[in-house]
Amino acid sequence: MTEIGKLVRVAGPVVVATGLERARLYNLVRVGRRQLIGEVIRLEGDEVVIQVYEETSGLQTGSVVEDTEAPLQVELGPGLLGQVFDGVQRPLPPLAVKDGKAFGEPFIRRGMKIAALPRDRTWQFVPVVAVGDVVGAGTVLGTVRETATFEHRVLVPPGVTGSVTKIEAGEATIDEPVVWVGDEPVAMMQRWPVRERRPAVRRLDPDAPLITGQRVVDTLFPVALGGAITIPGGFGTGKTVQEQSLAKWAAADVIVYIGCGERGNELTEVLKEFPELTDPRTGGPLMDRTILIANTSNMPVAAREASIYTGMTIAEYYRDQGYAALLLADSTSRWAEALREVSGRLEEMPGEEGFPAYLPSRLAEFYERAGSVQCLGGDREGSVTVVGAVSPPGADFSEPVTQYSMRLAGVFWALDTDLARRRHFPAIHWTRSFTLYDLGAWFDNHVAVDWEEQRRWALELLQQEEQLQSVVQLMGADVLAPTEQLVFLAGRMLREDFLQQSAFDDVDAFCPLDKQYQMLRIIRLAYETARRVVEAGTDPERLASLSVLADIARMRDWPPDEVGKRATALEARIIDEVEAV
Amino acid sequence: MTGRGLRVVEFQTVEYVSGPLLFLEGVHGVHYDETVEVVTPDGELRRGQVLEVDRGRAVIEVFAGTRGLDVASTRVRLGGDAARLGVGLGMLGRMFDGSGNAIDGGPPTLPESFWEVGGLAMNPAAREHPSEFIQTGVSAIDGLNTLVRGQKLPIFSGFGLPAAKLSAQIAANAQVAGAEEQSFVVVFAALGITHREASFFRRFIEDSGSLGRTVMFLNLADDPTIERLLTPRVALTAAEFLAFEKGHHVLVILTDMTNYCEALREVSTAREEIPGRRGYPGYMYTDLASLYERAGRIREHGGSITQLIILSMPDDDITHPIPDLTGYITEGQIVLSRELHRKGVEPPIDVLPSLSRLMNAGIGGDKTRSDHREVADQLYAFYAEGRDLRRLVAIVGEAALSETDRRALAFADDFEDRFIDQGNANRSIEETLDLAWDLLEPIADSELKRIHPETIAAYRGRKPATSPNS
Repeated sequence: MTEIGKLVRVAGPVVVATGLERARLYNLVRVGRRQLIGEVIRLEGDEVVIQVYEETSGLQTGSVVEDTEAPLQVELGPGLLGQVFDGVQRPLPPLAVKDGKAFGEPFIRRGMKIAALPRDRTWQFVPVVAVGDVVGAGTVLGTVRETATFEHRVLVPPGVTGSVTKIEAGEATIDEPVVWVGDEPVAMMQRWPVRERRPAVRRLDPDAPLITGQRVVDTLFPVALGGAITIPGGFGTGKTVQEQSLAKWAAADVIVYIGCGERGNELTEVLKEFPELTDPRTGGPLMDRTILIANTSNMPVAAREASIYTGMTIAEYYRDQGYAALLLADSTSRWAEALREVSGRLEEMPGEEGFPAYLPSRLAEFYERAGSVQCLGGDREGSVTVVGAVSPPGADFSEPVTQYSMRLAGVFWALDTDLARRRHFPAIHWTRSFTLYDLGAWFDNHVAVDWEEQRRWALELLQQEEQLQSVVQLMGADVLAPTEQLVFLAGRMLREDFLQQSAFDDVDAFCPLDKQYQMLRIIRLAYETARRVVEAGTDPERLASLSVLADIARMRDWPPDEVGKRATALEARIIDEVEAV
Repeated sequence: MTGRGLRVVEFQTVEYVSGPLLFLEGVHGVHYDETVEVVTPDGELRRGQVLEVDRGRAVIEVFAGTRGLDVASTRVRLGGDAARLGVGLGMLGRMFDGSGNAIDGGPPTLPESFWEVGGLAMNPAAREHPSEFIQTGVSAIDGLNTLVRGQKLPIFSGFGLPAAKLSAQIAANAQVAGAEEQSFVVVFAALGITHREASFFRRFIEDSGSLGRTVMFLNLADDPTIERLLTPRVALTAAEFLAFEKGHHVLVILTDMTNYCEALREVSTAREEIPGRRGYPGYMYTDLASLYERAGRIREHGGSITQLIILSMPDDDITHPIPDLTGYITEGQIVLSRELHRKGVEPPIDVLPSLSRLMNAGIGGDKTRSDHREVADQLYAFYAEGRDLRRLVAIVGEAALSETDRRALAFADDFEDRFIDQGNANRSIEETLDLAWDLLEPIADSELKRIHPETIAAYRGRKPATSPNS
């Protein structure tokens, strides 16, 4: 029988109960008459401190608190893709239904209960094992068509091994057994505690990139499959647009998008756009590969803390099936603030900027759940790539969340307020950002042999331009040598015609790797040709008005299937025009 | 203003009073966050709210202040009910205090029902994506930072800058192109502003003949500070009723949020909480979000709530926690500039740090005009370049500039003088965009990198039909 205690204290999202002697840390509890969901976060003598995932207004001292004797878990199985959940995996669209109207109850009321995955829906289970086969944790038992194009693999849950004794193929709901391993019935759905990492055989080295179709990312600061990225930026620098662009275009099989303490309307935008957009990899709607976890800024703060773990566990589940999952968290600062708020209510000794002293270890736990792995139970590889947006107060990167994240992530895309103000998007600053993944060899082998060399040229030129810029600020452009003036011309081409990319333009939003390569090659060619004629005595001012520069600026409009042809034609024109000067 | 429950219990067990807070001992069955009535020794009734319950003790914030309270004879009545506002169409044209009591001397309003002022979080899946263009008549907003119905857009102002005038102008001129019923209902919440500012709004509303479709909630500078925490919630509850129950399009003006945040800090300090940046509580982001996120639209419901939030940046510092946290929640911001104000540019909107996140949803061929996005990007690019060059010229002089640079410099001046500066003129979006093309006229096609050649061919040479300035 479950234990019942009594509520003695309520202050915001943190409440205290007594009389729960068997309660364990991180057990799920039900608080008050409406049975609000809560989690045990501290044990102190006979007092159990609980963070409540719902609004605590109206809770009364003396009310009952019930220990469920299990930690917070998520439901894993077919039916996750395309769904929208809150931070503790309650599906949001069914919560809005009332009196037969889809949006009859647009506000989230307290104590609403609903299963994460629908129990009445049936799925066609196609077994891939036979009776007598010996299986263990992670073995694929069968498949289910989760969406028109996605094959969901039903796995033996961790902890179960033995030989298959019975199989029931065909239509089944997620909680009906489909395979028996020994005496153990296995259904399509399994549960997993969110705060616990799902097991894998071993981690793999990150040596292949996650292609995003964004020039500044793929060319300058690429990320590895299974890597971790942190994107800090003040408000208005385009964190959300950047994450949404990744969600739309990145070459991942499954996207888990966590709106953690952010705006409601941003999720609405995803919900409106993604079903209409086509996934270029499958031809199906983009929503079919997407799972949204929405815990907006006005939703309960403790559930914001949980939302990150809920999303991560779901991403790991698809990784274990052998897929590349991409987890986007917008924003980890709001998550850290939720930690801070709960910590403050617990009257813990604050660390830097009021954040609890365990912030760095919690962040490390989060980022380290990213990775490419060899999956349990077969010859599959899967990955979780993690992207964490950071919202530094006052756009000051010296604050704790940015600093700790920077230390943990392999890629740092610094979004710059000044670039954003001049509408240079993506506002990823080329000298403040970095990538620690060494992916040059992959690009050299798969796109063009001189990819990495060309990339270095671009980075160096941008660096050189910045140095010269500071000279000009002090002494004017007159002091520059003619070839130095050309650096400005090339820097401008790189910044405006290559690094800038419109997320809202149909053609430009996604730039394939060969187009990225050709665009950069043309800019370099223009610069080097110009350099030759300038070294021979031509005034660089005369080059600034060449009409071919406008054509370079429009390379972004090239249709992907004409890139080779267009590049060859433009190359010839550049040489002709420049040498004619 | 409230419909009280029947289970009212009275306690006379005040333990101590500190700042805006009252500590009650020996109570039982208190509901967290419930609204209470405090009876002063003189028999006056004040409203308060439970901030914390810990066994037999309750911490109560008293909205009208704790002056005159004592330990011995002050009584507190608990009814277990959350703070509520009586809502009805009778609110229109009326004026209330910061807690929702009528103060205009008129007859009592007849509430249709009583709504909890704390509000509930809107289910993100039930939200409609805002995408209806609102024409404000201001080029810097319509052309470059377009507002849409259901958006929350703050005006980051500084002390002495004309934010009040700009918001009043928007309230008077705002219209939705092609909509049958053009007018907004305005809910105005004054948070600690002066009588002078409040009477400016009242006069403006009276003069524009829209008093009958306005609801005013006033907590002025000399009204109780802590009541300011209630005022925006009361106003937004009225707005939610008018929007989602009655189908009106509601424009909520909250001014000045800086005063609200200071009241929040005062309560936090009195509770001896660990302070965050500049002494503001660590939960200020969440608290502000609980107000700002009440803007929006709901699917399959008529009506909308658009928020225009005015806040004064202390020392014009955009990184101060109040504008900073606000900017992280709202869908963009309009930033006023002291420099432009000094130059006499009106409204003095600095477009570079300004932003509308929902602009893309509200513009384009079927909403404004097909060239809108590209023209706006091009204006931004040239203006940013011109502004950079101004800094450079201050150091090295204009002689050091190339021909292209000089043109960019001239463009920035032209842009401020003719596009941003418009006085009281009410410009249509057509006029705004045509004016933009007029500014771009001296620039060669090849330099208009942000505009597609087809767009240039279609719109090049346009000029506003009427004189754009008043």
